[in-house]
Amino acid sequence: MKNIIYALLLLANSVFAIDIHEFKTEQQRLDYQQLTEELRCLVCQNQNIADSDAGLAKDLRNEVAKLVKQDMNQTQITDYLVERYGDFVRYDPPMRADTIVLWALPLFVLLLAAFIVIRTIKKNANSPHSQANTITNNTNEAD
Amino acid sequence: MLAEIGQFTLAFGMLLASLLAALPLYGYFSNNEKFMHTARPLAYLQLIFLLVSFLILVALFISQDFSVAYVWRNSNLALPLRYRISATWGAHEGSMLLWLVIQTIWTAAVAFYSKSLSRSQVARVLSVLGIISLGFTAFVFFTSNPFLRSIPAPFDGNDLNPLLQDVGLIIHPPILYMGYVGMSVPFAISIAALLGGKIDETWIRWSRPWTNAAWGFLTFGIVLGSWWAYYELGWGGWWFWDPVENASFLPWLAGTALIHVQAVSEKRNAFRGWTVLLAILGFSLSVLGTFLVRSGVLTSVHAFASDPKRGVFVLTLLAIYAGGALFLYALRANKLKSQGGFQLSSRETLLLANSIIFSVACFMVLLGTLFPLFFEAFGKKISVGPPYFGSMFFMMMMPMAVLLPLGMYYRWQKDELTRVLKQLLPSLVITLVLAVVVWFFFKPLNLKASLGVFGGAWVFVTAMFYLKDYKGKLTRAVWGMQIAHIGVAIYLFGVSMTEHTDFEIDSLMNPGEVKMVQGYAIEFKGVEVKQIENYRASQGHFVVSKNGKIVAEMNPQKRYYPKRGNPMTEAAIDPGFSRDLYISLGEQINDQGGWAVRIYIKPFIRWMWGGGILMMLGGFWAASDRRYFRHAKLLKQKNIDKYLKA
Amino acid sequence: MNKTVLKALIPLVLFLSLVFLLYNGLGKDTRLLPSALINKPVPTFSLPSLLNNKTLSNESFKGQMYLLNVWASWCPNCRVEHPMVTEFARQNIIPVYGLNYKDDDATAKAWLNQFGNPYSDILVDSKGLVGIDFGVYGAPETFLIDGDGIIRHKIVGELNPQNIQNELLPLIEKYKNTIK
Repeated sequence: MKNIIYALLLLANSVFAIDIHEFKTEQQRLDYQQLTEELRCLVCQNQNIADSDAGLAKDLRNEVAKLVKQDMNQTQITDYLVERYGDFVRYDPPMRADTIVLWALPLFVLLLAAFIVIRTIKKNANSPHSQANTITNNTNEAD
Repeated sequence: MLAEIGQFTLAFGMLLASLLAALPLYGYFSNNEKFMHTARPLAYLQLIFLLVSFLILVALFISQDFSVAYVWRNSNLALPLRYRISATWGAHEGSMLLWLVIQTIWTAAVAFYSKSLSRSQVARVLSVLGIISLGFTAFVFFTSNPFLRSIPAPFDGNDLNPLLQDVGLIIHPPILYMGYVGMSVPFAISIAALLGGKIDETWIRWSRPWTNAAWGFLTFGIVLGSWWAYYELGWGGWWFWDPVENASFLPWLAGTALIHVQAVSEKRNAFRGWTVLLAILGFSLSVLGTFLVRSGVLTSVHAFASDPKRGVFVLTLLAIYAGGALFLYALRANKLKSQGGFQLSSRETLLLANSIIFSVACFMVLLGTLFPLFFEAFGKKISVGPPYFGSMFFMMMMPMAVLLPLGMYYRWQKDELTRVLKQLLPSLVITLVLAVVVWFFFKPLNLKASLGVFGGAWVFVTAMFYLKDYKGKLTRAVWGMQIAHIGVAIYLFGVSMTEHTDFEIDSLMNPGEVKMVQGYAIEFKGVEVKQIENYRASQGHFVVSKNGKIVAEMNPQKRYYPKRGNPMTEAAIDPGFSRDLYISLGEQINDQGGWAVRIYIKPFIRWMWGGGILMMLGGFWAASDRRYFRHAKLLKQKNIDKYLKA
Repeated sequence: MNKTVLKALIPLVLFLSLVFLLYNGLGKDTRLLPSALINKPVPTFSLPSLLNNKTLSNESFKGQMYLLNVWASWCPNCRVEHPMVTEFARQNIIPVYGLNYKDDDATAKAWLNQFGNPYSDILVDSKGLVGIDFGVYGAPETFLIDGDGIIRHKIVGELNPQNIQNELLPLIEKYKNTIK
């Protein structure tokens, strides 16, 4: 529904991203900073709630500040928002059965590539030199 | 009238591209010298016509011809001249024309710098480049034509997005496109070689300087983009792993992997298949990148207005280029089997290790970028952002930093680890001392920062020792390599410090108030309203002192452009060798003139971009090494031409 | 076609699957977020009514199946869907309640006076805090809640004959036994 964009744009009015919150401890302030950097603004074109000027982003920043002051930790606050908005609201993808491929696949590719390369090198380790080497006669050449 | 001429030159350019795609290639397959001879002249003609087309578009912007739809949509009467010119590539149609012109520039460059190659080689490469420019010319002419009229012409234009009214827009896209499009040259060279049925060292040798040059431009383009985002967006960030940013990073990663495997496959008849694959991958990622930016498939702050129809066209081009290339690769697979020998314990292996690491990193970034799309096919939505990319990339770069010096000190073909480690021992000692000194000065440093600093020091010290101990002539290739690696070291240091020791604070400041931040006394003098060029600004005035002496006067702004809704944040930055001071205005909070203010201290952030610039310089310097030209001449003189004509 | 060539076709196959994935992604509206609350209980709320002096909470809706329509006077698409909401309410299938989201009471009442009030009652969420609990990120949005207080469906964007017919009515039928 592209029309909802108009409604969303209206929410992205001139409210600014720097909010003044008073926190009791430095850890709370850092938690707030980290959380707002890792939570996504749902009505923006790929921005976190820390940097966004949108109305909903401001509401969510206030919510995060409120929860931080209630002594909730980062995991709890993230879970709180995921409960309401789904995984989309976190920039840090959760590691679950349906997302594990994000970590498993690169590892698999790395191991596979290493295996193939090592095997190929070993197989050809003692084969005769190719034509190329007649041109590069200085084998100490750096490059 | 001018716009119609623009259309005509564009259409004629399309005709020339099709001739370039067809004639020399036909000449190759039918062994007809005359047809192959047409390649160079067609390449030059194509350049001339498209350049004229592009310059006409620039002229239309300068003369403010609002009867041309693209001009009125992206410019207005109050727009300063320099932005009127850069607005030419400020939106989809014009930027695509810029891409196209740059494609013809690289094609003409290949035509010019290929004197020592055989007619059949040149014909093949230029034809492939012609096929590429034909696709893109057709794309511009039929779906993204910047010369279309809008009658009756509006009195005044829309406006160029204020974020783009900046020097960054003037340089970042052209340089970046030089990189993206430059990757088409090693791609074309590989296809040309595959067509001939064999990849021997002349092909790989020929493609190396082009790969280095394209990679250099890409490096510079990415550095410019990061720096521009930093000072323009107002929130102190310099990389967000946004899909469009990743689109530029992917060909860079593939290009880095390619450069390192070329060093091996040029010398040995080994891993040439992989070299070809990476060359295909590099350019394919460029095309994929332009697809992602313009199709609306992924959400991004950088995206051009999305249009699925255009998306289909670019996707089709991608399918033809990459699909055709990969199919040809499979057909020739038997001729690409690795043969040349070297031991597992050798420089070749370490270069391949680097290539593997960068290829896997490339894969990881692609996976993370496209994963949300894949997930959505199942009806679920997920975000993959900086926490994922940052940690994965860091994990891959740490082994790279450790292996880099080993790779430099290992001998070709056969060596022993113990010998290499013994040679590296003095460097290791100095590295540890250096790392400890840095650690003491800047503590506390967390684990990631410490590893990054160590890695950077290790690469830097070994590069210095290498230059000192080098026996033999220090060619441009060697210098280039070392400068690029030193750039890596400096980058590593900069990114480790700025990511993990930076400081940020948001506070309410009333006029006259002084805030103490890490030894700096920052005094807020108040905000005044000014009218500048085509915007109204609320400008803050801050005086920063250290130990009683004034260090900087900083004036962040909140800008209001008449045709835009939201105001724009223009941060004030005091750049420094060892740190950046960064101040951003929020909004006015109270009636006493108190404003919400964000203050950043960013240690060594310039080292990141400085490192990137060094990498670029290293790439260019290595590309200009005479031996690439010298050896090609040697070959010609030895009349190997007949042998090479497959 | 020997083994080498077959293995060498793997990159092409992988590439073509990528193209397929990308083609699939074209034309989709990337802004639509599926609700995280489907088949979960309605969040706890307690809000004043716009129309009278009552306070409305979960208790007030016990045993009813109803639509909760998120709207505001500043939302142009709410005006677009308003006739649809009115028509649905007129058919008396299930009651329609409104959630007046981040709005001003006076402006909201004026809006209702001008365009008509289809709602059985309206909750006032002036700060949008209850909206956050519901996972609201814009207006209009409509929730279908059954008699057990479980959210069964969410429509993002305007109500129209298609989504009422194809999405809401079947679910209303399915859960009608929860009405007490």
